[in-house]
Amino acid sequence: MIEFKGVSKVYPNGVRALNNINLKIEEGEFVAIIGLSGAGKSTLLRLMNKLIDATEGEVFFQGESVTKARGRALINIRRQIGMIFQGFNIVKRMSVMNNVLSGRVAYNPTALTILGIFPESDKQIAYRALKKVDILEKVHNRASDLSGGQQQRVAIARALAQEPKLMLADEPVASLDPITTVQVMDYLKKINEEDGITTIANLHHVDLAWKYATRVIGVRAGEVIYDVQMKGMDKKQFYEDLEGVYGRALHSDEVLGE
Amino acid sequence: MIMPEERIIVPKPDRRKKIATIITVIVIIVGSGIIAHFNIIDVFRNLSKGVSILKRMFWPPDFTYIPNIVKPMLETIRMAIVGTCVGAIIALPIAVLAANNFIKTKWLHVPLRFILNIFRTIPALVLASLFVAVFGTGAFSGVVALSVFTFGLVSKLTYESIEAIDYGQVEALISLGANKLNILRYAIMPQILPQYLSYTLYGFEVNVRAAAVLGYVGAGGIGQLFEFNLAWRKFGKIGMIIIFSFCVVMIIDLVSSSIRKRLV
Repeated sequence: MIEFKGVSKVYPNGVRALNNINLKIEEGEFVAIIGLSGAGKSTLLRLMNKLIDATEGEVFFQGESVTKARGRALINIRRQIGMIFQGFNIVKRMSVMNNVLSGRVAYNPTALTILGIFPESDKQIAYRALKKVDILEKVHNRASDLSGGQQQRVAIARALAQEPKLMLADEPVASLDPITTVQVMDYLKKINEEDGITTIANLHHVDLAWKYATRVIGVRAGEVIYDVQMKGMDKKQFYEDLEGVYGRALHSDEVLGE
Repeated sequence: MIMPEERIIVPKPDRRKKIATIITVIVIIVGSGIIAHFNIIDVFRNLSKGVSILKRMFWPPDFTYIPNIVKPMLETIRMAIVGTCVGAIIALPIAVLAANNFIKTKWLHVPLRFILNIFRTIPALVLASLFVAVFGTGAFSGVVALSVFTFGLVSKLTYESIEAIDYGQVEALISLGANKLNILRYAIMPQILPQYLSYTLYGFEVNVRAAAVLGYVGAGGIGQLFEFNLAWRKFGKIGMIIIFSFCVVMIIDLVSSSIRKRLV
């Protein structure tokens, strides 16, 4: 699904965010990426849909080079990859429906989308996506009228409307309270299991990784230093391992608790 | 028992900088006055003349003249409306091109901003006299002048708004495969539209005031009537024009600013 071959990223200010990453993520996985802030988690994610450019090496999506893709080819890759963000990044001054429909723009002629015209089949896709995250009743509301958890669900619906093969989640619950956190994570898990959409999430809370992920990747100082399948993993062992990834004991805010 | 408190000695602040600043400001003001031949004695010497003209302008107010003012006033407002619309419509796409977060190459927005800055430094009255020379006297020259003026104002404010948008929403649209036009339509426009409309209304307020004097250089509107009466020293009529314009401008400002408050 996604493959990194010798990928490094150096930012213009000289910071080496990632150093020679080799990584392969298979179809259907639910991968949690864990690490301290500044470790390179977000950079890793953003290289997968070319929101940022790699300095060295190459990233592949379904065997196709993301790094070298331009123009139409790049759009074709991106529209198959949904992404949700810590800050939700839905357009607050638009209706929920228009937000979700905007997930379809790359599948339609621009001349129609800029007039706000979408085929009925796309509207059905949008309704189904909203139904999937149980927020169909808000379809005609303005996005700014929704709560944080609801906004993140609209963001998930927008990504689902792309009918993606891969879902990237950059700290998807970092701005949410514990109850809505569990809701949003449950939806991501449901989408991963029911629709077989590969999911890669940067997570701050290690127990969310424990509860939801099928595989955990630990990043530290721009390198992948930990990579395990969660099946049959012992919880105590896992937490001990993560202290190694963090290079210190886990803080209380990194564990949500039961 | 009360402990005797230690006396704290702090060095006195350095006053020299403050004094130097005050002296410099005074020198600049007095110097400018001398260069401009401003003489405070002249002001008082002509005070009685001023009072008598003011009296002739406003007392008693000449309400019988109002019917003659309505038509040129309406023309002034029409000029402002057309000028504002034309200028604001052209300003929107140019503002998008001038914003550094939509098109990232410096080759476009640096020269564009330079040109926009030039537009903005030219007062509407100067533009109007320029266009009167080109298109001849009449409201059309005034409308063109107001369009150019509005364009400069609205494009500058709008591109600054575009640069201040929440870029996360743009990033989300990029991530789902949107092209530039779709990003514009679905991430940028929803964010800046209320501001853009507010700037346009503000431009309209400024234009009504500007349009009122444009007639002075022959560019149509109520200014022409003003100039005519001034030439014939008909101060009573001039006074009525001023009162009438003041009321119209105030009403427009009140309505427009209350709409603007609701927009953003």
